[in-house]
Amino acid sequence: MKIKNILITFVSAMALLFSTSVVSFAKVVGDKIILGAAISLTGKYSSNGVHTQNGYNMAVDRINSMGGVKVGGKTYKFDIIYYDDESNPKRAAQLAERLISQDKVEFMLGPYSSGLTKAIAPVTEKYGVPMVEANGASRSLFTKGYKYLFAVLAPANLYLDVAIRTAVELNGGKGVRIAQAFEQDAFSQDVRLGILDAAKETGSEIIIDDKLPKELNDMAATLVKVKQMKPDVLVVSGHTKGALTAIRQISEMKVDVPMLAMTHCDAAKLSKQHGKNSQYALCASQWHKTLTYKDDFFKDGMTYAADFEKEFGYDPPYQSAESSAALLVFKDAFERANTFDQKKVRDALAATNMQTFYGNIKFAPGGQNVDKPMVLFQVMCDDAGKCENKVVAPLKWASAELIHPVPKWSER
Amino acid sequence: MDFLVFQYPMITIQACLDGLLLGILFALIAYGMALQWGVMNIINIAQGDLVILGGYIAYFMYLYGIHPAWGVIVSPIIMYFVGIAIYKLVINKVVDRDLFISILATFGISILFMQLMNFAFGADVVLANSGYGTTMLFDNNVVLPNSKIFSAFISIVFAICLVVYMKRSKLGRAIRATAQNARAAKILGVDTEKVYAATFGINAALCGVAGALISITFTIHPYMGLPYTIRSFMIVIVAGLGNLPGVAMSGMGLGIFEEFADYILGTEFRIGSVFLLLVLILVYRRFKLSRKREYLK
Repeated sequence: MKIKNILITFVSAMALLFSTSVVSFAKVVGDKIILGAAISLTGKYSSNGVHTQNGYNMAVDRINSMGGVKVGGKTYKFDIIYYDDESNPKRAAQLAERLISQDKVEFMLGPYSSGLTKAIAPVTEKYGVPMVEANGASRSLFTKGYKYLFAVLAPANLYLDVAIRTAVELNGGKGVRIAQAFEQDAFSQDVRLGILDAAKETGSEIIIDDKLPKELNDMAATLVKVKQMKPDVLVVSGHTKGALTAIRQISEMKVDVPMLAMTHCDAAKLSKQHGKNSQYALCASQWHKTLTYKDDFFKDGMTYAADFEKEFGYDPPYQSAESSAALLVFKDAFERANTFDQKKVRDALAATNMQTFYGNIKFAPGGQNVDKPMVLFQVMCDDAGKCENKVVAPLKWASAELIHPVPKWSER
Repeated sequence: MDFLVFQYPMITIQACLDGLLLGILFALIAYGMALQWGVMNIINIAQGDLVILGGYIAYFMYLYGIHPAWGVIVSPIIMYFVGIAIYKLVINKVVDRDLFISILATFGISILFMQLMNFAFGADVVLANSGYGTTMLFDNNVVLPNSKIFSAFISIVFAICLVVYMKRSKLGRAIRATAQNARAAKILGVDTEKVYAATFGINAALCGVAGALISITFTIHPYMGLPYTIRSFMIVIVAGLGNLPGVAMSGMGLGIFEEFADYILGTEFRIGSVFLLLVLILVYRRFKLSRKREYLK
């Protein structure tokens, strides 16, 4: 028994020693700029967490292999310390604290999802650590007056704004009748606010306004109402569950609606899981590989998609692309600041005005990217049942013409 | 408040039928819960997670090109053995302890299952497409997805089979005897250990059937189990233990109630209204009980 106790004490002492010696990084060690990130590698966001991590890693490798970051006449390479936040906001905030005060990280990358970014932002703000995040779109992140938070993506309230405006335009500039169903979470409710704004500006009327529960798997009641009231546009946002449930039940209940607009279609692998039933659905996306933005590192969307597929074996979702863009923003800001002083880097970030393969990036005072519109793609299938997402709006990048109104189920 | 549902009779019919079909499916899960609660005095918090696991079995069959409807046969067979394994590993150690211990233990199993499923199958929401089409009634005004009808039909078939099995078979009789008085059954030569294992296995198998049906009608996700646990818990509470027709009735009743609450109060109150109903029923029961006691005095 005694020997066992001594052994346990010894082992734990060794573990303690190792853990302290291994994690004592500083912001810049030798020729390395160390960034910190808490990412959901397990838990309910783990698939998107992995997309985010892959996006970060892809950009780190690319920037490092193409000469790294030049600051003060010296070349530095990026390195990232990752921790798994288990998809849990409390854990994410703890890890941010740990990254900053224990690991001495002075620059952070964002986690996945608005909720977790919301948990981390107060911590990075408190310590004055600049954070470039790529996966928190909730409007409330940008109204709190955070000075050290920068988001490369468009805020949530703009997600489906384009859809309403397009519908109004197709209606000859007259207002349309909108039915909407949103999950009750921060992100979807922000999307809803955006629709309310767009409806007000265009003189449109909201005839159905349903809130979906978190354990959403049945929206038959909403769809029955839609069948009865015949709106011009149906808008649904409830993450991947919402997108999958909506398509399943719309096709099963043969709900005819001239325009169906959603979020999270690509995360839901809509066209793969539902095939032809998902045809004509309009989806909001931060990015699509066919967009023609360019930069020196990834060239353009198509090249990025090809390189990403070569490395990770799947087509990059927009979550990966925006995460890669976050690193490009950091590199650009470091080089312009020409120092590792947090305040100066922060100011350089605030003055960012650049184009990446992902889109133009320019931050508003609140930290959101105001120079990159959302795109809408439409699921289009050929006769063999092979479906593809094609960008239909804004017109500048459209690779196909919007099919409107959606053909009735009886004619399909 | 929105009374659209009463203004159009077609919507009323639609809501009733939707609720009925949904309720039958939930009743099947609740049936398993009532069975093991009655026999072993265990409230299984992992019930919903067993359902989701059953759903994944059907989903994987679908991925490999087998029609997911076969899941209603394959899934319960696999889940039966999963149930037995859980019993042998954990449940048999808590079966004659108090209720609180078993709730804790099954809560632990629930968390473990969620994480394992997340680890093994990923955090994506998935579904299996049956391609069953739609039934249109009343001049296309009422639509019923055939997948829902199929689910309800299969649930009824399994429920009937189980009732018959419980009445006729030797094991069924042993299970009922154990439920009535485990000690007496043991004295009379019933191997209660075996009965418990079989009960847990049967419950898991029912969850497997329900899971396969849910993958066809709704969606599945590693973390979506809890609502099914709560729903079945409520159905059992409303029906009372050992009251199998009651479970079926309360399942269907709750399904319809839920649909109507959705139309009248709004979707956001759908689940909340069911909880409110649960509270009301519990209060009413207590009230009735205390009156009876007075009467007895």
